[in-house]
Amino acid sequence: MMSEPITPEEVTHVAYLARLRLTEDELSRFTEQLGAVLTHAADVEALELDDVEPMSHPLPVENTMREDAPQPMLKPSDFLNEAPAVEDGRFLVPKILGEQP
Amino acid sequence: MTSAIPDHYQSASSIAANVASGEISAAETLEQYLNQIEDNEKDVHAFNLVTIDEARALANEIDKLVSKGGNPGPLAGVPVAIKDNLCTRGIPTTASSKILQQWKPPYDATVVRKLKEAGATIIGKTNLDEFAMGSSTENSAFGPTRNPHDFSCVPGGSSGGSAAAVAAGFAPIAIGSDTGGSIRQPASLCGVVGVKPTYGGVSRYGLLAFASSLDQVGPFANSVKDAAIVHEVIGGFDPLDSTSIKEAPSPFTDLLGQGINNLKVGVIKELMGGIDGISDEVIARANEAVTALSNAGAQVEEVSLPAALYCLSAYYLIAPAEASSNLSRYDGVRYGLRVDGNNLNEMNINTRTEGFGDEVKRRIMLGTYALSAGYYDAYYGKALKVRRLLAENFADLYKDYDVLLSPTSPCTAFKIGEKVSDPMTMYVNDVCTIPSNLVGHPAISVPFGIGSDGMPIGIQILAPPMNESVMYQVAETLEQAGT
Amino acid sequence: MSPEIFKENWELVVGLEVHAELATTTKLFCGCLNQFGNEPNTNVCPVCLGLPGSLPVVNEKAVYFAMQLGRALNCTVNRSVFARKNYFYPDMPKDFQISQYDLPTNSDGRLDLPNGITIGIERAHIEEDTGKTTHIGTSGRISGADYSLVDYNRAGVPLIEIVTKPEIHTIDQAKAYVSELRAILLTLGVSDAKMEEGSIRVDANVSIRDIGETNLRTRCEIKNVNSLKSLGRAIDYEANRHIGLYENGESPKQETRHWDENAGRTRSGRSKEDAEDYRYFPEPDLVPLNPSKETITKIDQELPELPAERRKELLDLSGAKPSDIALLVERNHDSFATETITSGGSPNQVIKHLVNNLPDGLGQLTPQTLAQLAQMEEEAKITNTQAKKILEELVEQGGNPSNIAAESGFEAIDTSEVENLVDELITSHSDEWERFCAGEKKVQGFFVGQIMKATSGQADGKLINQILNERSAKK
Ligand SMILES: [Zn+2]
Repeated sequence: MMSEPITPEEVTHVAYLARLRLTEDELSRFTEQLGAVLTHAADVEALELDDVEPMSHPLPVENTMREDAPQPMLKPSDFLNEAPAVEDGRFLVPKILGEQP
Repeated sequence: MTSAIPDHYQSASSIAANVASGEISAAETLEQYLNQIEDNEKDVHAFNLVTIDEARALANEIDKLVSKGGNPGPLAGVPVAIKDNLCTRGIPTTASSKILQQWKPPYDATVVRKLKEAGATIIGKTNLDEFAMGSSTENSAFGPTRNPHDFSCVPGGSSGGSAAAVAAGFAPIAIGSDTGGSIRQPASLCGVVGVKPTYGGVSRYGLLAFASSLDQVGPFANSVKDAAIVHEVIGGFDPLDSTSIKEAPSPFTDLLGQGINNLKVGVIKELMGGIDGISDEVIARANEAVTALSNAGAQVEEVSLPAALYCLSAYYLIAPAEASSNLSRYDGVRYGLRVDGNNLNEMNINTRTEGFGDEVKRRIMLGTYALSAGYYDAYYGKALKVRRLLAENFADLYKDYDVLLSPTSPCTAFKIGEKVSDPMTMYVNDVCTIPSNLVGHPAISVPFGIGSDGMPIGIQILAPPMNESVMYQVAETLEQAGT
Repeated sequence: MSPEIFKENWELVVGLEVHAELATTTKLFCGCLNQFGNEPNTNVCPVCLGLPGSLPVVNEKAVYFAMQLGRALNCTVNRSVFARKNYFYPDMPKDFQISQYDLPTNSDGRLDLPNGITIGIERAHIEEDTGKTTHIGTSGRISGADYSLVDYNRAGVPLIEIVTKPEIHTIDQAKAYVSELRAILLTLGVSDAKMEEGSIRVDANVSIRDIGETNLRTRCEIKNVNSLKSLGRAIDYEANRHIGLYENGESPKQETRHWDENAGRTRSGRSKEDAEDYRYFPEPDLVPLNPSKETITKIDQELPELPAERRKELLDLSGAKPSDIALLVERNHDSFATETITSGGSPNQVIKHLVNNLPDGLGQLTPQTLAQLAQMEEEAKITNTQAKKILEELVEQGGNPSNIAAESGFEAIDTSEVENLVDELITSHSDEWERFCAGEKKVQGFFVGQIMKATSGQADGKLINQILNERSAKK
């Protein structure tokens, strides 16, 4: 096993992907804690499982679908009251720096 | 006072019978439980919110229905506490997180709707580890819940509030969710019955998702029979949940009282000392359970579940991976907390950084990492393969055995603060319960005596998918032997 | 086939990703209306708002439409699994998009362009649309906006994303591909396919390479292209940008760029921090789709005739211009044309009317009445102008063309009457007649004009010309 399963740089990157900010202190603590979990997971990482089919879901069910029929919708007052900021019936967000990827 | 265990528990079935016959009203019943809450809730902190007014209104409706001669349902006037990660229309649903900021959902979870339709009186929302991530209910933004058997101990988690509510006599029934043991482990630590149903057996619609392929909603009760009755009420196909099973299982109470003569029980050796970290005392108690079942006529044999060795690792990759995605929506745009920023990105970051607690952040980062480019195959992909191996192991065993047995928790309730600073130590609490979640099978924890510390110990019965009736049958026998 | 040259020694390599909104009644994962133009945030529910606890359930009609399109594009319809594409953006209520990744519903198909070139289809998968963000501020654009407003009516609308192989080598091919795909979508009735309203959206993956080179160079994905014309302009701009970079000894970097219609250029869209890492994984809230062989067979049997076959049929029958035929197929008027022609309408007149005079629909018109009208015109019983007027009435109210002609006093003037008028005119205007006979064609207009005046426009212009020519030939 590597001495450092995850680096502070990787933790910083992952935190950004997850839209979290870490203090210096948190960064070193989380790096160590995540490292401990990944070290434990090394047993799985080391398994030889090439012939095994991954199982992403426990349910052996397929093709569950619904009819294309309208259902009741919400009134804007049902959810806009719970929104942090609203204008003209729409959700207001601060300016966006980048386009939709 | 250091504990809050009532002298005796009233069963849900007797309450419902009394309310339906008009002998004791739903309103009267409710007040008894509200008094119990009034006396001890400040010490236990089982609830994030006791919905007194709504509960009284529901109880009055039931009483009105009874007086008109209507059928009030199988849970008539039975107070039920709901884990605070299940949506309740117009009533704050917080997942014990700051980030939801007392969000009021515009809809009821399917389970909540079904309980109301069955005549239950929803009494409040119970505390949990934030977003159900934890094994002690210490990771709550609103402070920990205490074990009613000893206030200095944790009630287990993540459904610690629900387990404590039932143990403290705040409600005869509570509902929890179980992703890696979050119903069974607190049930074990609080000395009550807790059930994780077959994946797809109970609707997840309205359950704030932690790990969608592992989450199941299930009951806490003071008896196996009550648990089976409530399971019957909340279970069944839900067109709003694509992962809900269409076929109806055989009624869960069908085999109660039948005894277990000639049933075959496998004892999972990996969880009886094969894996480190399970206390000798707990193993000793589990062996007594084995003897009890054997005395009751079951054929009991030791069996091996080799993939159990890798379950903890697999679980702590799969669950965080799904969680990292499920929790992205808490971004400050549509509901809950917003911490402003100069632009959208900053607002997202400020909101999530302030709104989530440490354990949630840890798991989101772990899951993000496990799914990210370059690590997917090594971590998430591998974990999914372990899951397949485990499912094959179980399938092999269920060719020969009706149910399997193991301890529920590797130890009795530990002290508040004892493990919270070391995530890995905390994660080991789930070692016996995780396998059932990974494969979607049902399992129950039944109280079976106490440890040297005087704290409850639970035994876990595992059964094949959709075969809860046999699980309840064996659990009931164990329950009778343990008391 | 020799390679197409884009410029000097460069070959253009384009792959297109077309997103088409499926014309279902409700959204992909919930029962909210799939409808354009409603008040903001009125077509929403817990599912498409991404409220905590909500769960998706797949719309069977959307899946059926997707498989139909797949078969129309000669794809294999697979067992498919939905996957989550994770990234933060406020128009995505869950901050992930439910799409398909390594197991799409359709794969490995092809589309034959009208000119005979075949474009390989890599995949056609199902995914959900995003909401709509409006940028508020002086510019109305994302840069320089003070804040933005989000409407989730469109969130969760079913999309099919059709991805070609990088096998398009000219701008014309790119446009022809999109046109043909639109025609197929319309024929199947699975999408409105209106590019201007955004019900189909085209992204272009553009790269460039040396003629003869076989590997693919770095591509850029161009988004925000809203018409066929801008598609052509955007590809042209981007290809030239790449060439410029290579010629300077630089190379483009792989990225998403946005087409700016006003500036006529593409722009880099995102900050560098957001390296694309979508962390795809199987959507645990949904189960796999696995259509049976019978389902696929049924789809194949129910597949309507596709535009290419329909165009060929009408072409064989009418001999009309390919562009006119393509237009009629697109308007779904080709079977009407066929029936009109087989009912005796002359192909020229029928195609002319359908193309030029009936773009807004056929109303009460039937193939029989149009055939009759075309015949009257062909036999010069009525003039062009009169035919158009009768046609208008047939569309509005229906009826019999000869009755309408009679009621409107459109009875064509007798040939002999026109001959008499022409002869009178020749006698009274001998100077002009001499000039006409000498080949001065512009005097022809004078004669036609005079006859029209004398008959209040009811004479057939073609007939007049015919008589004039006969008379001058006899002279
Ligand atoms: Zn909706």
